[in-house]
Amino acid sequence: MKFTDVISPFLAWSRAAKKVDTIPYPNQQNPGADRYRGFHINDTSKCIGCGRCETICENKAIDMVKVEGVDPAKGDSGLRPVVDYGRCCWCALCIDVCSTGSLAFTNSYSWVTENPDTCRYTPGVDQKPWDNQEKGFRQNNDVLGWAGSPREQMEIETPEKRIENFDEVVKGYTIDQAMEEAARCIQCGLCISACPAHMHIPDYLKAIAEGRFVDAVKLFYDNNPLPEMCGKVCTRQCETVCAMGYQGESIAIRWLKRFACEQFESLADVLALDAQPGEPNGKKVAVVGAGPSGLSAAYYLSRKGYEVHVYDRLEKGGGVSWYAIPEYRLPADGISKQMEVFEQAGVIFNYGKDVTKELLTDLENRFDAVYLAVGLQKPSDARIEGEDISEVKPAFDFLMNAPDKGQKLTGKKVIVIGGGNVAMDAARTCVRLGADVVLSYRRRIEDMPADDEEIHEAMEETIDFRPKTIPIRIERTESGIRYLYHEAKMVDNPKGGRPLPKPKDDVEHAVDADILFSAIGQTSDIEFIPESMQKGMKLKWGRIIVNESQYTGYKNFFAGGDITPGEGDAITAIADGLRAVQGIIDRLR
Amino acid sequence: MGVNPATDPKKTTHLFFGPQHPGVTGNMSVEMWFDGDQITKAITHVGYLHRGFEKLMEKRLWIQNFPLVCRICVPEPDINEECYAMAIEELTGIEVPERAKWIRTLVLELARLAVNLMAFGGQGGTLGLGTAAMWGITFRDFVLDLFEELTGARIYHIYIQPGGVRRDLPQGFGGRVEKVLEKIEKRLPELDRLVLNNAIFKLRTQNVGVVKPEWIEEYGLVGPVARGSGSVRDVRKDAPYEIYSKLEFDVVTESGNDIFARVMVRRREMDLSISLIRQILSKMPQGPVATKLPNLTEWRVPAGEVYSRVESSRGEYGYYVVSDGSLKPRRVHVRGPSYVHAVPLLERMLVGANIADVSNIMVSLTTCPPEIER
Repeated sequence: MKFTDVISPFLAWSRAAKKVDTIPYPNQQNPGADRYRGFHINDTSKCIGCGRCETICENKAIDMVKVEGVDPAKGDSGLRPVVDYGRCCWCALCIDVCSTGSLAFTNSYSWVTENPDTCRYTPGVDQKPWDNQEKGFRQNNDVLGWAGSPREQMEIETPEKRIENFDEVVKGYTIDQAMEEAARCIQCGLCISACPAHMHIPDYLKAIAEGRFVDAVKLFYDNNPLPEMCGKVCTRQCETVCAMGYQGESIAIRWLKRFACEQFESLADVLALDAQPGEPNGKKVAVVGAGPSGLSAAYYLSRKGYEVHVYDRLEKGGGVSWYAIPEYRLPADGISKQMEVFEQAGVIFNYGKDVTKELLTDLENRFDAVYLAVGLQKPSDARIEGEDISEVKPAFDFLMNAPDKGQKLTGKKVIVIGGGNVAMDAARTCVRLGADVVLSYRRRIEDMPADDEEIHEAMEETIDFRPKTIPIRIERTESGIRYLYHEAKMVDNPKGGRPLPKPKDDVEHAVDADILFSAIGQTSDIEFIPESMQKGMKLKWGRIIVNESQYTGYKNFFAGGDITPGEGDAITAIADGLRAVQGIIDRLR
Repeated sequence: MGVNPATDPKKTTHLFFGPQHPGVTGNMSVEMWFDGDQITKAITHVGYLHRGFEKLMEKRLWIQNFPLVCRICVPEPDINEECYAMAIEELTGIEVPERAKWIRTLVLELARLAVNLMAFGGQGGTLGLGTAAMWGITFRDFVLDLFEELTGARIYHIYIQPGGVRRDLPQGFGGRVEKVLEKIEKRLPELDRLVLNNAIFKLRTQNVGVVKPEWIEEYGLVGPVARGSGSVRDVRKDAPYEIYSKLEFDVVTESGNDIFARVMVRRREMDLSISLIRQILSKMPQGPVATKLPNLTEWRVPAGEVYSRVESSRGEYGYYVVSDGSLKPRRVHVRGPSYVHAVPLLERMLVGANIADVSNIMVSLTTCPPEIER
C-alpha cells in the first residue's frame, strides 16, 4: 500500500472535463454499420416464394402466406414471407439462404410502434419506414454458397469419341454422385407446378438422396409411366424453375430420374404389385397411338380396372420416342424395359394397325371410350424453291427409319435446315454416319428451340452451324444439290416477340451437298378421322381442340398429345394422358 | 442428533443472496448462514435461468444451432460458436481456409478483450466503484462497434460457422481495429489508476478470496482463477487451436492467490489480447474465408463423438458433441468452467468469508450461470 494509492482514484475526476463517449440519443443517432442486421426488406418481384427462409428459420418467425397482388405462376408459388418480430432473433440465416437473394436487412435499428400487430409484417408488401434503405446485411453467395451451389458433374464422352458410334453420350451418375446431387434439393416444390404431369419431384429427390431408389421409382410411376424415357429426353421444365438455379445450378432432376430407373434391370419387378391391372369394371377403352400420351392413358386406365386396347401402326410401342430419337440419346433397351410394365399392368397392344376411318368407326362401336393420341404424322413443308428435288428429305422420316440401327446414309455432305431437337438429332446422326454436316437456321443460336445441351453437344461434334441464314432455293447440280441462302440480320419484331431475320444484303451464299434434310417441324394429318366425327369435334390448324379433361366434344372421344395444341413434348403428352384418364372416368361413371 | 453448528438457527442467520441482486453474477443465488458477519455455510442454487439449450439443440438442424449456442454467454458468445463449429468440422472433416482461421482468432481475441474490459470494471463495481464499471462497459462498446461492422451484430455475432466465417473483413477493417486498440491502450491507465492503484480496492482484494494452489488440481480449476494462483494452464498454449501456435505469447500468470491476483491476470490478459490482435492483423494471409457447405437443410453430419475446447476468458471451455449421422445433433453437452468455480469452489471459499465480500469473490471467480444450467 502506497500513499499514491489513496490519491490516484481521485484523478478519475479529470474525466469530467473531457468529451463524453456516449451520444445524446435520440437527438443524435449514429447509423448502423453497412452490414448491420436491422429490419427485413424483400424485393417481392424477385422473390419466388420458395419458402427457403421459412424452412431455415429456427425460431419459426417466418411464415409463407398468400399476398394480394402476387399470383401463383410457373416458378412462383405466389407466397411471400411474413416476419414475426416477436420471434425473430436476427441471425440472418434467412438472408444467406434466400435462393434468389431477394431478402435482405437494412441497417436501421430503431422503430417505435404503438400497434403490436404491425410487428408481424410482410417485407416488401407492408410499407415500413426502412423500405428504401440501401445499406444493411446483404447476401454474399460467393463467400458462403448457401443460396445456390454447382451441380454434381456427370461424366460425358468426349466429342471425338462419341461421333464414332451411337453409344450414349452421358454416362449417368454413380450412386454417390446421385445421392449428393439429390441432396441439393431444398424441397420447395416449385418444380411440381412447372412439370406438366406434376410429378412428385421433391419427394423422389429426397428418396434418392436417402438411397431409397425403389421408393423413387414408385413415386415416378404415380403420374408418369415412362420415367426412364423422361429421364433421358425430357424437356425438363422443372429444371428451368428450380430455386437452386438462380444463384447456382438447378438440380439435375432429369438425370436423377434416369439414374433411379437405371438402378434396376426390370422396372416391372420393382413395381410388382404397384403395376397390376385394377379390379375389372367391365368397361372398355381404346387408345389410338402408342406414344407417351396413349401409353400413359392406357396404363392408368388399366390400373383403374378398364380393359384397354392400344392400336398403333408401328410394330412396337413407344411412338416417336422409340423410333425417332437416336440411340445416343435414348438407347432401345431402356424402352423395352419400360414396355414390360405396361404389359404387366394388363394393357393389350395391337401393333401394325393402320389408323383409318374404318378402324375409328369400328372402335366407336366396340368401345365405351376412345382416346386419340396419334401425334403429328406429316413433316411441314419448308416452302423453299426446289424442295421437291428427291435429295431433299424430311429429317423426321430419316430418323424414323432408324439409320443408327443399321441403315446407311447415301452421300457424304449433308445440310440440315432447322433449329429444333429433330434438326439436332438429324445432324448428329449424320455426323455419326461419317458425313460432313452444315446446319442452317434462320435466327440466332439463342433462338433455337432445341435443348441447350443438345445445341452445345452438337457444336462440339464438328457440325458447321450457320445461324442467321435465310434459305433462298435448292438447285440440282451435276454431282448433287446446291443450297443457296442469304445472310440475315435481326430486326425488332413490331408485334413483339422474337426478333425477325431479314436478309442483310443481296449476296447469295451457296453450299454444295449430296443430301438435304429439312427439320422445320411436323404438322398433323387428320384425314383418318371420318367426316361425321370431324363435324362433332372442334378443329383448328389441323389439331383437335379439347377441354381441360381432354374431351373432344364428340361422343366419348378424347384426344391428347401432339394432335392437340400444346407444348409438343413428351411430358406434356403424358400429362394429357393423365387428364384424359380422369375425364374418361368421369364421363363413363 | 446434534445440531450442525454451521446452520444452527439459534446461532446463525439464514439469508438468500440473489437471484434478484445486482451483486450476483447473473441469475443464481447463494443461500448463506452466517454468524455475525462471518459466513458459516453457503450453498449455490441455480435453476433460475434454465432454458434447456442442450435439449433444444437436439431438436434443430446443425446450422440452426448457431443462433442458439451464442446465447449461452452474453459477453463472450464467440467461444460457443467456435467450439460448436470445431466439433462439426472434426466430425465432417470440413477444412477451414487459412484466412478464416486467422479471422476466427481475431474475433475470439476481440471478444476476450471486450469481456475482460467489462469484467475488470465489474470487479470494481462490486466494491462500489461505479465509475470503473461504467468505464469498463464504455471501453467494451468500442470493441462492439468493431463487431457490428464485421458481423452485423453487436452482441450475438453468429459469425463463425463450420468451414470458416460468414463474411470477409470489410475494407479497411484492420485500420479501424488498430484505432480502437490505440484508444483503449490510451485510456486503460485511467482505469488502472481508478481500480488497481486504489487503496480501498487493494484492502478489499489482497489476501481476500484466496484460492490455494493445491485446489487447482483438486477442483480442476482453469482460467484466471487457476492462473491467479500460479498455474500456467492455457488451452491456447497447451492445445493450440486455429492459429495460436503461430502467434508469439506467454501465458499470463500471477502468484498472489487472491482476488487482486486474479484481477491482475485479467488486466494483463487485455494487454496480451491487444498484442495478439496486432500480430494477427500484421500476418493475416489473403484467400477464401469459407468452405462451401452442403445443402443446409439436408446436411447429415457423420456419426461420431467429439470434444472440442477453447480457452475462454473464464478458462477452458468445451463442447462434447455426439452425432448419429442424422440431420440434428444427437447430444450436445456444454462444459463451462463456471460449474466448478461457482458451485464447489465458491461454497468452500465463502465459509469464513465476510458477507460484504461475497459478490467480490463471486465476480473474481468469473461465474457465468448459463454455463452451469445449459
